[in-house]
Amino acid sequence: MEQVIANGLYLGAQYAMIALGLTLIFALMNVLNFAHGQMYVIGGFVTYTFYGQFEIPFIFALLASCATLAILGALIERFLFGPVIRRSSREESTMLLAAGIAFLLDAVILLVFGEKQRGVPKIVNGVFNWDFRIIMPYDRILICVIAILSIVAFISFMHFSKTGRALRALAQDRVAAELMGVNVKRYSMIGFALGAMLAGLVGGLLVTITGVNLGMGGPTSIKAFLMVMIGGAGVISGAIAGGFILGMLEAVGLAVLSQYGDITYLAIFIALMVFLAIRPQGLMGKPWG
Amino acid sequence: MNRRSIFSAASAALLLSMAQGSVVFAENPLLKIGFVGVTSGPAAAWGISNQRSMETRAAWINEIGGYKIGHVMYDIEIVSFDDQKDPKRAIAGMEKMAQEGIHYVVGPNVDNGAAAVRPVAEASGIMYFPYAFPKELYTAPASNAVLGMVANYQSGPAIYKYLIDEKGVKTVAFIAANESDPLSQRDSGLAAAEALGLEAVSANVTYQVDTTDFTPVLTPVIRTNPDLLVLSGVSPANAPQLIRSARELGFEGLISTETAQDAQVLREGAGDLANGFISVGGASTPEIASDMMNEFVARYTDMFGEYNDESNTKVYALEYILATLAANPAGIDDVEEFKMTMDTFEAPNPYMKGDAVLRYVGTSSFGQRRQLSVPLVVNVFNNGEFETLLVAEVD
Repeated sequence: MEQVIANGLYLGAQYAMIALGLTLIFALMNVLNFAHGQMYVIGGFVTYTFYGQFEIPFIFALLASCATLAILGALIERFLFGPVIRRSSREESTMLLAAGIAFLLDAVILLVFGEKQRGVPKIVNGVFNWDFRIIMPYDRILICVIAILSIVAFISFMHFSKTGRALRALAQDRVAAELMGVNVKRYSMIGFALGAMLAGLVGGLLVTITGVNLGMGGPTSIKAFLMVMIGGAGVISGAIAGGFILGMLEAVGLAVLSQYGDITYLAIFIALMVFLAIRPQGLMGKPWG
Repeated sequence: MNRRSIFSAASAALLLSMAQGSVVFAENPLLKIGFVGVTSGPAAAWGISNQRSMETRAAWINEIGGYKIGHVMYDIEIVSFDDQKDPKRAIAGMEKMAQEGIHYVVGPNVDNGAAAVRPVAEASGIMYFPYAFPKELYTAPASNAVLGMVANYQSGPAIYKYLIDEKGVKTVAFIAANESDPLSQRDSGLAAAEALGLEAVSANVTYQVDTTDFTPVLTPVIRTNPDLLVLSGVSPANAPQLIRSARELGFEGLISTETAQDAQVLREGAGDLANGFISVGGASTPEIASDMMNEFVARYTDMFGEYNDESNTKVYALEYILATLAANPAGIDDVEEFKMTMDTFEAPNPYMKGDAVLRYVGTSSFGQRRQLSVPLVVNVFNNGEFETLLVAEVD
């Protein structure tokens, strides 16, 4: 049981990180970013290129991933989502655009980074072994700690910085924020860049554990949407809760149900449907949006 | 030289190069060979290694003046279609090949795709070369499919027997992705292992195709402490992660699979943890690779920047098609002629040292010659490279 809890906490930390960026973009712009998984994959490939290929220290490679995705996110908001949101009031316009960007990024990833699974050298060697009750490689523990610290740093940034307050104001009421002097256009771009940067950060962190390949984008987006649905769309604390809940459910399911085949996610999907029928806004979402 | 003369010279050069290009195309008629397989998504490596192997070989043939079939030199054109591992798309791909008048198609890469295209291929007079294992595709009355590699029910027993005899393996655990190919490979692997007297201590654990973290999945399997862990039908993307998780969980036994893998992917994804990992390969290890194989690898690397070890097996399909057509040129438009030639066809294997031959096999598994004779090479990964463990032949 100790191993299951440890696996669940580790999975939860990485899932929460993945969901954060997605929910931030949704909160700010009401955009379901189907390309979030592809952004995560690009983050992984950038870290792979700098750390694995050029042998630049991991921390700088991670920063390169964050910077690359922040710039990419800003450009996507500035030239794609921003104009579409201004010109079309139909929500499906941004959804279709997001899906199109996901396909485009998949093609770009294939062209630039190839079709192969990529991996990087371990950042820390060794395995923590507590009497075979909990076995956890040190690099996973380190990534888990970095993920939790990043989440704390992100929440602090959103609460205590001027930019964070502006972004929260934007998320709560776009019109009121504009009337209060918030530069909506500018902060929308900053928010989208921040969300994309979080995808790059988690992609860069996890490439050290899971590696990266071009097919990871779609499934990652689906899991991120699951977490957001559990926690409540557009709520930061909801995304974190959704991530840890999904991680724990997955770890417990794989331990308890393994002998019955791959039914863990079937059980999770059924539970989620029942849950959403009772509480469609998720754990921490508001029923009015 | 003034601007006007530069423009004139450039125009003349352009016209000359166009004229030369058209002369080359005019010299040799085109022979189109199709490829329908997965070149996107998590399993893209399987299909892309197919497609790129064909494109590399075709470019090589065209560069040296074409391929002689009968009295005609043909340039080879590869027509590709990404089926996205979706049977419906595979059918669309095979229909496209039929519309283009193509009679020889390599692929699809997976079981359900290969089964789905069968009616289209048979109705359209197309011979196809899947990398999929269902026996009914190759057993009469089916006759248009030719297995492009060694099936797991052929390689598995050879590997298990070797490990029983040489390593004293007594217990085995299987783990597979939850989709048709890996599951059917697990089931046939389990049957083969049990027939050889191995005790299966775990065979029910499966994982989602898109799993990226295998530690929770493997935890219950490792607790059964098998001598041998078989990664049934594992894709190259998942193999290093599974190996790494198993080793980090303290597993010290042997790990094997019956699918082809890529050394660089293992090196990057699992490093030294992959030492001792056993997989099926092709004719590429230094011990058996011919000069032509080495040149193929060099040309592939030049064209695409990086070689894929899976191509060691996938280099063969196009070579077989062309060599068989050279043996009986009537097969170009009539696959029945091609089928008749398959029974007696034999040619030197250009990719292996020694006196190895290209020929169609499969009579013991399918009752008819519907399999390429690809060398069954079992590799072991050690210190970043594959080493040949054993070489055998199907049939």
